[in-house]
Amino acid sequence: MTPSLRRWVFLAGAAGLVAFYLWGLVGLPGFGDYPGPYGFIVNHIAVPQTKATGVVSAVNFEYRGFDTVGEEFILFTAAAGVSIVLRRLRGERQRPAVDEAADRDVPATSSAVRMLALLFTGPVVVVGWWLASHAQTNPSGGFQGGVILATAFILVYLSGEFLVFKRFSPVNLTDVTEAVGAGGFAAIGVSAVAMGLPYLYNFLPLGTTPGAVSSSGTIALISFFVGLEVAAAFILIVGELLEQTLLIRQGQ
Amino acid sequence: MNAAVSTPYTVPAGLMDALQVTVLVLVAVGATAVVLIRAHVRQVLALSVYGVLLAVLFLVFQAPDVTLSELAVGTVVLPILLLLTLAKIRKREE
Repeated sequence: MTPSLRRWVFLAGAAGLVAFYLWGLVGLPGFGDYPGPYGFIVNHIAVPQTKATGVVSAVNFEYRGFDTVGEEFILFTAAAGVSIVLRRLRGERQRPAVDEAADRDVPATSSAVRMLALLFTGPVVVVGWWLASHAQTNPSGGFQGGVILATAFILVYLSGEFLVFKRFSPVNLTDVTEAVGAGGFAAIGVSAVAMGLPYLYNFLPLGTTPGAVSSSGTIALISFFVGLEVAAAFILIVGELLEQTLLIRQGQ
Repeated sequence: MNAAVSTPYTVPAGLMDALQVTVLVLVAVGATAVVLIRAHVRQVLALSVYGVLLAVLFLVFQAPDVTLSELAVGTVVLPILLLLTLAKIRKREE
């Protein structure tokens, strides 16, 4: 195919794409137009039905709880995969962190970064923990809470040393936390089945005041387990990569 | 984008439109910048800034839960994974 023929083939294809794209755009519903009905129905019934004022959590951990189990195990599998791929192989050995790229100018961590990281660690932990443990009343729930909790550990790494990060998140503890989080979610679902109810049925008392600490039954509990799982998974993934980068070298 | 429920926090529609258009344009610029920057470390930093822009976009379009995910995953965790990978690769290349 000569270059000029190739250009013509491309132009024909591109023209077709543009034509179909514009045709598709013309048929789109208006900006912000929502034909419903599920969103409206959920907005209407979620709070009285689940006693959770955080409707996102009610949807995530109740109405489509089965979907969320799947998502949870995607992350679980991803963390397990990273652990397996990045494990220490035969022929690799662990040694203390030394800079191998000596030609590179590595500035020492500035005191501003250390100060800011230290300053933010506490508040980040509080926000993450609140999001994970009070899903019935806050805007998100376990996933967001878990990731934000994990970033607190990254702040610890930024403010101190890798070894401090490792001391705060021993691999055994992180592994167990991740397993408890993932297993807890599944176990809540199975408990419902054991009682003769559908999988993940909200079998706990819903409470009377919407959004109260004791309200929403399994929604808050599931969110808490998801928070544990997600935080542990992200800490594990980042920890494995840090270790791989800083401690493990190719052996001779 | 007519709000279904009127709350005491309702912002004038014109102002909200202007804000949404501004953020959409910023996100488009940010995404283009991430694609066009070729130096890896700079590209990762641009990606992180782009994450912040996306987070603001989600907030402006009333999805605070997605905002929180994007803030943590897109601006912190993903850039860190990429930076660590770059550091590891650089060592192997030498």
